[in-house]
Amino acid sequence: MPEQARSLVLKVNGVPVTVASGTTVAVAILMTGAPTRRSVTGEPRGPLCGMGICFECRATIDGIPHLRACQINCAQGMEVLTS
Amino acid sequence: MSEHFDILVVGAGPAGIAAAVSASASGKRVGLVDDNPAPGGQIWRSGASLGAGARKWLARLDATPALRLQGWRVFGHPEHGTLRAECNQDCRDLRFGQLILATGARERFLPFPGWTLPNVMGAGALDAMVRGGLHIAGKRVVVAGTGPLLLAVAAHLSRRGAKIVAICEQARLRRFVPFAAHLLKEPAKLLQAAAYSVATRGSRFYTGCWPVAATGNEKLESVTLQRDGKSWDVGCDYLACGFHLVPNLELAVLLGCRIEDGFVATDDLQRTSSAHVFCAGEPTVIGGVDLALLEGQIAGLAAAGSKAEAKKLAQRRRRHLGFVRALKDASALDPQLRKLATEATLVCRCEDVSFSALREHACWRDAKLQTRCGMGPCQGRICGAATEFLFGWSSALAESNVRPPVFPAMVSSLGIPHEYTSPDDSLTPAANSIGNTKETP
Repeated sequence: MPEQARSLVLKVNGVPVTVASGTTVAVAILMTGAPTRRSVTGEPRGPLCGMGICFECRATIDGIPHLRACQINCAQGMEVLTS
Repeated sequence: MSEHFDILVVGAGPAGIAAAVSASASGKRVGLVDDNPAPGGQIWRSGASLGAGARKWLARLDATPALRLQGWRVFGHPEHGTLRAECNQDCRDLRFGQLILATGARERFLPFPGWTLPNVMGAGALDAMVRGGLHIAGKRVVVAGTGPLLLAVAAHLSRRGAKIVAICEQARLRRFVPFAAHLLKEPAKLLQAAAYSVATRGSRFYTGCWPVAATGNEKLESVTLQRDGKSWDVGCDYLACGFHLVPNLELAVLLGCRIEDGFVATDDLQRTSSAHVFCAGEPTVIGGVDLALLEGQIAGLAAAGSKAEAKKLAQRRRRHLGFVRALKDASALDPQLRKLATEATLVCRCEDVSFSALREHACWRDAKLQTRCGMGPCQGRICGAATEFLFGWSSALAESNVRPPVFPAMVSSLGIPHEYTSPDDSLTPAANSIGNTKETP
């Protein structure tokens, strides 16, 4: 699929990540090995439900906080910050 | 100019797609609002690897003039005949004559030590991650929980090159016998089951087996499995773990639809107890794609006024319900699973509330007030289903516990937003357009 073959670069916590077009932001965060967030008691967390229900993957994307990274596709030049 | 939909469909999984397609045939103005970047719901993600049935329905949707609002999440019901939705930092009111709820289901998670570690996720969730670009080839995966979803996920991940270390079905073998017998009467389902067994060849399939602990430093490294009192450790990169599905009822409850035995009550034409509100798919019964498609079509036709056609399909729907009953029986949760959580195991992941902190409380409401369980951003969607099983609490699914907004929303969205104005495409952000939405006028 030509759509799948296209790659793009975004930044996760300032680190450039190259992904195939159609990759979700949650996957891009997983690729960096970083947790998506720290819990209220400091535990590392990653995506749980993968469908916008659990909020474990919430991140700041292009300056907008609390977005569910599993429901948003990566875009060229996107800036993602995890907490 | 304000937009009014004759028929508004919430949720673009199989039921919602079928509803939008069937309703559009009437020539009425149809809207389809969904919170994912693309239609398909959870089961029809990613165009590249979809089966013929899914491709057919998505093509049929493309051929309709239905207005699609992808990436929009409905969170409120500010007044009669109106839903409120948000997309990034934008908020709109959507007015409707008839409403079809096709909000789908989520996985039930049961807390056990280590279930909060990164890379322990839902079975459907890992599948969604892989469809969303996660490289799984060569990774060791344990699939655990209950229901046919486990096999479907294992088969898909196996095709993508994952090493399925073990599949652990919590149900006992004898429970599977009546289920298997029913499969024999359903050729299509039988074929599906056979396909799963081929694709997952080489994996260990255990019944009456479940994970009792996940361990690792900062992320998952190993899982302890238990069967017949015997336990052993297996190293793995991912644990895909789901204990069947629970329906997404929040919006139906907000709209005043009657709930019976944990599902939205509907009549033969998918009408709920709330006037002008229909419901189709998993919120009415956990029955899989075929049933969801039927219910979606029935709801779409009935909402558009084609009652005779809808009634014909309703007869086919009744035949499907036999399979659903067999599945429900085969996947009933073993009471021993209530012992998985230890005193220190977190049950509420948003607020980090432990099993021991919850155990002393009498009910969901009491626990919420005293411990903040279920008061984080997921609003009890994860821990509510868990405490329902662990403590028998009627929780987030109970009518009295649903209040607007049904998803966290911006403070500004709680005021008076714009009504959707037509025509433009600002409501259908392309998958990659989030960075541009700030400039949208």
